[in-house]
Amino acid sequence: MSMATPTIQPVERENYLNKHYGVGSWLLTTDHKRIALLYLISITFFFFIGGFFALLIRLELLTPASDLVQADTYNKLFTMHGMVMIFFFLVPSIPAVLGNFLVPMMIGAKDLAFPRINLLSWYLYIIGGVMMLHCMLTGGVDTGWTFYAPFSTAFTNTKIIEAGLAIFVAGFSSILTGLNFVVTIHRMRAPGMTWSRLPLFIWAHYATSIIQILGTPVIAITIVLVAAERALHLGIFDPKLGGDPLLFQHLFWFYSHPAVYIMILPSMGIISEIIACYSRKRIFGYSFVAFSSIAIAVFGFLVWAHHMFVAGISVYAALLFSLLSYAVAVPSAVKVFNWTATLYKGSIHYDAPMLYAFGFLGLFTIGGLTGLFLAALGIDVHVTDTYFVVAHFHYIMVGGAVMGYLGGMHFWWPKISGRMYPEGWAKLAALIVFIGFNLTFFPQFLLGYMGMPRRYADYSHMPEFQILNVFSTAGATILGVGYLLPMIYFLWSMRYGKPAPDNPWNAAGLEWKTPSPPTTFNFEQEPIVTWEAYNYDELDAPHKQEVPVV
Amino acid sequence: MAGNVDALYIFLIIVSGLMTLLIFTAVVYFAARYRHRRGVLAEQIEGSTPLELTWSIIPLGVFMVIFIWGAVVYFKERTPPRDSTEIYVVAKQWMWKLEHAEGQREINELHVPVDRDVKMIMTSQDVIHSFYIPAFRIKQDVVPGRYTVAWFRATKPGTYHLFCAEYCGTQHSGMIGSIVVMPPAQYEAWMSGGSTGPLSASGEKVFAELGCATCHRSDAQGRGPNLQGLFGTPVKLEDGRTVVADENYVRESILDPGAKIVAGFKPVMPTFQGLVSEEQLNALVAYVKSLSKSAPAGASSAAATPPSTNAVTQGSQVQ
Repeated sequence: MSMATPTIQPVERENYLNKHYGVGSWLLTTDHKRIALLYLISITFFFFIGGFFALLIRLELLTPASDLVQADTYNKLFTMHGMVMIFFFLVPSIPAVLGNFLVPMMIGAKDLAFPRINLLSWYLYIIGGVMMLHCMLTGGVDTGWTFYAPFSTAFTNTKIIEAGLAIFVAGFSSILTGLNFVVTIHRMRAPGMTWSRLPLFIWAHYATSIIQILGTPVIAITIVLVAAERALHLGIFDPKLGGDPLLFQHLFWFYSHPAVYIMILPSMGIISEIIACYSRKRIFGYSFVAFSSIAIAVFGFLVWAHHMFVAGISVYAALLFSLLSYAVAVPSAVKVFNWTATLYKGSIHYDAPMLYAFGFLGLFTIGGLTGLFLAALGIDVHVTDTYFVVAHFHYIMVGGAVMGYLGGMHFWWPKISGRMYPEGWAKLAALIVFIGFNLTFFPQFLLGYMGMPRRYADYSHMPEFQILNVFSTAGATILGVGYLLPMIYFLWSMRYGKPAPDNPWNAAGLEWKTPSPPTTFNFEQEPIVTWEAYNYDELDAPHKQEVPVV
Repeated sequence: MAGNVDALYIFLIIVSGLMTLLIFTAVVYFAARYRHRRGVLAEQIEGSTPLELTWSIIPLGVFMVIFIWGAVVYFKERTPPRDSTEIYVVAKQWMWKLEHAEGQREINELHVPVDRDVKMIMTSQDVIHSFYIPAFRIKQDVVPGRYTVAWFRATKPGTYHLFCAEYCGTQHSGMIGSIVVMPPAQYEAWMSGGSTGPLSASGEKVFAELGCATCHRSDAQGRGPNLQGLFGTPVKLEDGRTVVADENYVRESILDPGAKIVAGFKPVMPTFQGLVSEEQLNALVAYVKSLSKSAPAGASSAAATPPSTNAVTQGSQVQ
């Protein structure tokens, strides 16, 4: 987009990146923007570790026999892939990087409410991450990321307790981030920044934070119970000791289902920002989009047992949870309709972030609609625990969440780094990711309906599954390239990218009123908000090229 | 069964296909029609409550149709017809042990007659497994410490995949087998070989060996309840509750006798946890069942139980 005011700054204006130098200034920083970058580096590290495991899984499944790795190794690979990607990439990804960076700026604050707790949460994440790495390097875990008892408590001899504690510690990082956001959004909004003027990114993060605060303690308790049963043989989950294995599943999914919304809601927030900016319009149905985030967070807590329709729960419980699952589908559908309607009579630009947003719309729609299949009891019985489920949740959590994350990274990269990324490469990467993703995961829907169970190291007795697996592996290779590209050109742009203007997209939102990159305290003086969110009509009005200065 | 599931599946493909088409068309059309043109500004539209309500309520209506349809299919999948052929399944890392009521034992292979309802009464010796026959569209987790039930009716002779669908350890992907569906005559021929006598008979032997008969006497004078005609009937408990005597009830009464005390009896029975194997338990359950089938009174009261008995059964497992 070329509507940016070409105000290229004199070299080396003081900003949050160059104010202090040295390792200590980073490791002891309480600046939310620096902490966001610490998170960015750490989650990118874990993303590529998890991605490496995924690549090995796909290579193993290229041929039916378990030939590249042994069954035990394969089982560890998908377990570690799941644990790393979920607890060390997806859950922290958008909130801890973009949320951390943007929440204070978007509401006109100098920092989060508790800057030291913010730093503490990064350290907890790192401690958890190091424990997880140590666990993986010294043997790993083979239970699947779901830790189902009594396999996890009495039958496997891998490092359950260590992996569990790693997730336990990282969980506190997640709770603290959520707590920080909730307090910040309540208490630190600039004058005039009313709830109805908040960007939808903030609403999405608010909803996410509620889930993080209320849900995460439950997984922490569950992990402690698993560890206690393993170490002390308390009879909690193991029927041989008088426990109930279904109790584990109830506790586990009570967190792990809402956790899906921890991963997808922030992404939805990003999509709202991007679509509004590149359509030059206020989001259609602002309040419906805002409240649908809250509705998703609330209903999300009431659907956990839809993961257990064949686990041995009562028929009546299954009916109830199926019904509630359809209830949570409505606000998600409402969001998609509103984003689509926002395009209507817009002035649409095809910059790279918008391409990611289009990609998100496509993939999230498919992921959401296949959720309707899984919530239908009669069909779930057939496709649960098959590749259909694997495809479905990857469409939501990778197709949806990661597409949104990448879209957001491009959108705000000029603000974060003070440099422009190469537009052509960024568009190409968006296209590669979209094609690679569909080629990887669409065949898995078919595999699932054909009956291929998930977590199978070896399918030599079912050679009919091979052809679709070959497609899937081919897609994964393309997808891998698509994910590597942005990392390369983002790094490249830090040195060689064009210096970014303060507001390269002429976007609404307080964060764009800060310099690129921002100064340590974001705003010279506290902004006073007198306009509604997404005031693109004012920004684009010919006679008012300059927005009221704050 | 597969037909029911596939019909709903096809309906869902149509619904979601239309939905995808609608959204993709709208996105592509708007993106092309309203692409940025110099000098043309976007038209600001605040939103529209009637429109929001429309696209909340119509999907909700469609969802309810899917929900009800899915629930009906599920209810059928979860309610085995009475008089099904019964198969006792014991899952363990990493094999399926299947035992016919007539006594034939099989491993990783199950022979069943075509066009007959077959009910699996399943438990696991170790971790959670899942009994999955993709061709019949049925799947049920097999959980240690309790019975779960699944059923099917095969309509075409042939050999079908049996998978374990719940991750269960190293050889999870090796825990596979086949279901051999045979024409009736062939099935009879197969059944006539290899039996060690009906399962209920071995149950009777275990019953005698463990001395159960000293208390559970058939003349209703024993220290324990009379088991004649018990199976499938409602039982009044000491604490006032009434439960149906199903497979899980019998199992629990053997392993944890104190959990449900029959009204008028004392909690004097010792536990048999660890003293009987899963196979012996299955045999005992089959034996207690057979006591009902022979006694006409029991059979009639079993027939009086509503068809949703099994649903109630599953409900009681959660406690």
